[in-house]
Amino acid sequence: MLSLQILANGLVLGGLYACIAAGFSLVWGVLNVINILHGSFIVLGGYLAFYAYVKLGIHPFVSILIAAPIFFLLGYALQRALINRMIAAPVLLTLSLTFGLDLMLSNGMLFAFTADFKKLNLDPPLGVVSLGTIVLPVDRLIAMLLALALTGLLYLVLSKSRIGRAIVAVRMDREAAALMGVNVKRIYAVTFGLGALMAGASGPLLAMIFPISPLSGPVYLGKAFVICVLGGLGSVPGAMIGGLALGVVESFGALWFGPEHAITLSFTLLILMLLFRPTGLLGRSGYS
Amino acid sequence: MSALLELKGVSRRFGGLTAVSGVDLSVERGEVIGLIGPNGAGKTTLVNVITGVHRASSGAVLFDGEDVTALKPFQAARRGIARTFQIVQPFPEMTVAENVAAAAMFAGAASYGREAREIALEHLGFVGLAEMADNRAASLTLAMRKRLELAKGLAMRPKLLLLDEVNAGLNATEVDHALGLIRSIAARGVTILIIEHLMKVVLSLCTRIVVLHHGELIASGTPESIVRDPRVIQAYLGRRYAAAEAANG
Amino acid sequence: MKRSILMAAVLFALLALLPLGADAYWLRLGTIMLMYGVLAMAWNFIGGMAGYPSFASAAFFGLGAYAGAVAQKFGMPMPVAWALAALLALLFAALLGLALLRLRGHYFAIASLVVAEVLRELVNSATDLTGGGMGLNLPVPSGSTISGQAAFFYYAMLGLAVITFGAMLATVHSRLGFGLRCIQQNESAADMLGVNTTAYKVAAFVLSGVFVGAAGAIYASWVHYIEPPDVFDVLYSIKAIVMVLLGGAGSVFGPLLGAALFLSLEELVWRNYLQVHTGVLGLMIVLLVLFLPKGVLALKAKGRG
Repeated sequence: MLSLQILANGLVLGGLYACIAAGFSLVWGVLNVINILHGSFIVLGGYLAFYAYVKLGIHPFVSILIAAPIFFLLGYALQRALINRMIAAPVLLTLSLTFGLDLMLSNGMLFAFTADFKKLNLDPPLGVVSLGTIVLPVDRLIAMLLALALTGLLYLVLSKSRIGRAIVAVRMDREAAALMGVNVKRIYAVTFGLGALMAGASGPLLAMIFPISPLSGPVYLGKAFVICVLGGLGSVPGAMIGGLALGVVESFGALWFGPEHAITLSFTLLILMLLFRPTGLLGRSGYS
Repeated sequence: MSALLELKGVSRRFGGLTAVSGVDLSVERGEVIGLIGPNGAGKTTLVNVITGVHRASSGAVLFDGEDVTALKPFQAARRGIARTFQIVQPFPEMTVAENVAAAAMFAGAASYGREAREIALEHLGFVGLAEMADNRAASLTLAMRKRLELAKGLAMRPKLLLLDEVNAGLNATEVDHALGLIRSIAARGVTILIIEHLMKVVLSLCTRIVVLHHGELIASGTPESIVRDPRVIQAYLGRRYAAAEAANG
Repeated sequence: MKRSILMAAVLFALLALLPLGADAYWLRLGTIMLMYGVLAMAWNFIGGMAGYPSFASAAFFGLGAYAGAVAQKFGMPMPVAWALAALLALLFAALLGLALLRLRGHYFAIASLVVAEVLRELVNSATDLTGGGMGLNLPVPSGSTISGQAAFFYYAMLGLAVITFGAMLATVHSRLGFGLRCIQQNESAADMLGVNTTAYKVAAFVLSGVFVGAAGAIYASWVHYIEPPDVFDVLYSIKAIVMVLLGGAGSVFGPLLGAALFLSLEELVWRNYLQVHTGVLGLMIVLLVLFLPKGVLALKAKGRG
């Protein structure tokens, strides 16, 4: 059953995509800021895992725990220091700001790590697992499960914790939340920190599957954007649905049209969604 | 001659919600007609359907004898349907005169440049904003913005002028001034449909009043008959008050 | 308007004198500056006047470059190839605009950003026509000296800049420009006043595409060799925006001024810090957005006030 295998591949990929997009979607939905840096954060997280494994022998699954607090603080500080100044500015300016920051970061990575692709190969490899007729590499499977767990954790934080409720309140109605005593600036910074955390933590997961390069940043960013449009903006379940959908579409697309047309396929999907169902597959509305 | 505006069984639904339901209405040339109803009755939705912002889910809108149901707002504007907004919407970074000139050019078919500006100044003079002509629109007070909206509406050379809560937020003196303006616009022969909360305004201006409640047209008649209509009283004040009125009357 | 025309005439006349006294380096720099000027002025139609944050410049540039190059490959004379490239960019912008301009804000911005990536991928895979990732060589014009050629391409770019400037000036002082300003301030109010917003926005998008397409074609002929990552480089989109921000969108001379300033900065960085070129560009953008969001011309206004 070839198509079953392709579907499984797509779902594994989709779980990772969900994790990539969840933080991006959160920041966009709550702050109404597109964080162009998101893709480079993922790549940076990947490098962190790569060097931690090669130099220190730290397993990439453990690196996630190291990456998470580092990226949270990075995101928190960045929001407080720079992005907060432009929060109400026109789209063009906020976009340009994060774009400029991204040029700096990706140039810095290019300088530090060169453009050569680096591949994190586990030693010994984890092998494959067979489920009926479907064969899946174990590292991929675990990466996907961890990605889904991370995404689920974000969902729990948002729905159960005090700070999470405050974030959701700010997303629904900033003024009302402020009136009820929520410190909006702090919530913005926490949200941006969480977004960065999700990006940085998904880096090690992706590093186990894909080669790492500074040039991959825009690719991940593009995927996160498409997923937001597919799933609807600013909700974790939306990112989950969108991620899985994109993973499956890419998997079958590669089979039918060839892998070299992945971007064209995503873009076509993007345009069709934006034109005919702008609120996403789940039908929730977001910011314009 | 046929009616200027005719609504035939117009409904507008949003998902499961019916905002306007089966409205039949005919507006004759030269009428000043008041559209009233409690909050959420569907008044603004009805205006949006007439101006093409929303398309009617069913039914038809005829204007000047032609079917305009499917027109877009800019097309409706060019045919002579002008509106002012409940929340005033100027182009904030343009001058007051440019705001009105835009209306004269794009809906009123004036040519770019001197002609549009002259028309703009004429209408600004009429609403008493001549000396503000070269100020930024964002610098106007609320009362002035409402008058700017009127000037824009007039510059569109409308056959039908839809005034949406043009007096909301104004004090008594400002309301009187606005009333005078609307009267003189009506005297020029412009047909006016006015959405209004202030009964004083409606009663003193309108030749006829129609009442919208829960999206349906429940009454239509002269101001005197409307204020005595039990259905209207009930819609506004509740059933018990209406019953008490009936018992007393 | 008369003053603007006079100032522009003097400016372009001075620019036309440059090849008489300049060496190859300055001539190359002048050609790039004029090309940047075209990119900035063209972006101003959609980004400055209509207020739509377009990142599609790279798509138009690459499309024009490849259209011109392929046309020349099939033996068409250079100017005909350039005109064809402009025409193709025009049609492409019109169709793309009809789809994308229904979107607003971030959605429009990112969708327009992705167009260049899609075109790059398509060009990459259409190997027979475009050479794919191997790139495409263009015929080198025969029978003229190297310096003569340099001057020729300089004048070609100057001519395009003059046309673009003229189109911009004419638009600013016309019904179209006025309508675009209305759209920029409040699109639904403009619609209510009778502005055919779809048609106006598409017109602005087409104007922002056609001149960039022509610039791409001239660029391809000038450098003799193009490859997808070079001409579909997203930095073309970013640079166009930065130049307009730098010079100020409010004035007709803003984009040209921004192009000159930007090129000066870029040249300083290129020469001295080649490895961190994009990083410094990023830093420049960040500083610009944080401290000078309305452009250099706003400094003057502030000083006055």
